[in-house]
Amino acid sequence: MRNPLAIIGQVVLASLAEIGRLSKFSATAISSIFMPPVYWRHVLKQMWLIGYNSLPVVGLTALFTGAALAQQIYVGGSRFNAASVVPGVVVIAIVRELGPVLGGLMVAGRVSSAMAAELGTMRVTEQIDALVTLSTDPFKYLVAPRLIAAVITLPLLVIIANIIGVLGGYLIGTGRLGLNEGTYLQVTVDFLERADVISSLVKASVFGFFIALMGSYHGYNSRGGAQGVGKATTNAVVSAFIAILLANLIITVIVFGGRGA
Amino acid sequence: MSTDLKIQLKDVHKGFGPKKVLQGIDLEVPKGQSVVIIGGSGTGKSVMLKCILGILNPDQGEIFVDGEDVTKFSSRARKKTLAKFGMLFQGAALFDSLPVWENVAFGLIQGKGMNRKDAQEIAIEKLRRVGLGADVGNLSPAELSGGMQKRVGLARAIATEPEIIFFDEPTTGLDPIMADVINDLIVECVKDLGATTLSITHDMASARKIADRIAMLYHGKIIWDGAKDEIDSSGNDHVDQFIHGRAQGPIEMELLKL
Ligand SMILES: Nc1ncnc2c1ncn2[C@@H]1O[C@H](COP(=O)(O)OP(=O)(O)OP(=O)(O)O)[C@@H](O)[C@H]1O
Ligand SMILES: [Mg+2]
Repeated sequence: MRNPLAIIGQVVLASLAEIGRLSKFSATAISSIFMPPVYWRHVLKQMWLIGYNSLPVVGLTALFTGAALAQQIYVGGSRFNAASVVPGVVVIAIVRELGPVLGGLMVAGRVSSAMAAELGTMRVTEQIDALVTLSTDPFKYLVAPRLIAAVITLPLLVIIANIIGVLGGYLIGTGRLGLNEGTYLQVTVDFLERADVISSLVKASVFGFFIALMGSYHGYNSRGGAQGVGKATTNAVVSAFIAILLANLIITVIVFGGRGA
Repeated sequence: MSTDLKIQLKDVHKGFGPKKVLQGIDLEVPKGQSVVIIGGSGTGKSVMLKCILGILNPDQGEIFVDGEDVTKFSSRARKKTLAKFGMLFQGAALFDSLPVWENVAFGLIQGKGMNRKDAQEIAIEKLRRVGLGADVGNLSPAELSGGMQKRVGLARAIATEPEIIFFDEPTTGLDPIMADVINDLIVECVKDLGATTLSITHDMASARKIADRIAMLYHGKIIWDGAKDEIDSSGNDHVDQFIHGRAQGPIEMELLKL
């Protein structure tokens, strides 16, 4: 049997090496964003692919989550002052956490995998090498437009997710739980603070960065034919999920951690 | 060092993990000449080209292009050197997100900043030279046969009229007539553009047609290098076996030992 300490050591070393490679990739990718030329045509195309095509799934997720949330808060013992608690908790939960996190995860599932598959195929069919021989920097041509597009598009998607999420709560609250329509909207607006909205958008941008970064990183470095591309796709989604959840926790602690008391 | 050497490799090593692929390559490609590398599958011919282009970094050794050691270049200097090269990849490596003409025009538009309209005209002209009509220009690479993809790859490699062109198995997957057309085209490119070429092939007919010199890669080293007329009297068992395509010989025995 192998020494368990040796196994742990190997895993730690392998993870550190991976983090090192990822950091180097990110540094190159970020610096390529700030050096001309920027391929704006590609940015727009990616914004369309990321944003427009994700609208249905993000919208549905937000709608159902907002609705379920309203129902749960209502039964969770707040039936007596439901008129103020339901809309308040729904809007806070959606805007601070669920809108950006669920939106980010849904987009990661779609977009990180698609990016990894596309860049991975380009890698194994030598298209990335071909770019280099045609005097084109693959980071500027492929990676930078995806990063820029995701960082811009995710906040837009999350704004929509937040609105639809609140709408989901509103529909259940007024349609099923008998809450007053005018009061519901009034309470929603009263509860929402500027910091909530800003943190929501900052989260969305950060998540967008990780979605494009993980998709590009795993695709760009994939090897070994179709199987390698498949593995890159899975790894891209899993690592994007982890990055999003971890980044969410960190941002939440920074922004709201001091409030408590 | 002689200045009319376009490319020179000195003791180049490259391995992947424990696997040693190139184990001390020495090769000289004089300006305006056409050198053909022959050698068995998996001996590292494509890896060698990629090391010269800087797509792969050699573990050891020096690679000179126009007398400058490119292995020591910064990424900016490397980009400048890359502009001298054109490459036909073994699998064509066409961009499947772009139509055929844009593939051919890519180096002109992205690399040289030419406007799309002029670049398209040149692309169509280059496509014509490899025997493809203007209508093919609007297809997507996925709609082409393997042989057509190869020809588009060739058109893309020559579109910017580079000083140095690499052909990685240019005739594989083509019918014998088209293969000969491509051979002629390569010979023409060298003449018209004064280009220096380095080609890889398994096709001895092609090698005899396009080469000034032939070198054989075996076990990570160049084991024979000479003018093309000398290849039949090389006195090297490995070369003899390879050019006559015999299953029996020193190369087979090595395979059996593995
Ligand atoms: N990026 C890479 N990572 C790991 N191994 C590689 C890589 N590229 C090539 N190899 C290995 O290097 C060896 C040589 O590959 P190469 O593609 O140069 O062969 P080749 O001589 O061009 O063969 P063929 O005539 O079949 O094209 C192969 O065993 C291959 O598995
Ligand atoms: Mg090869």
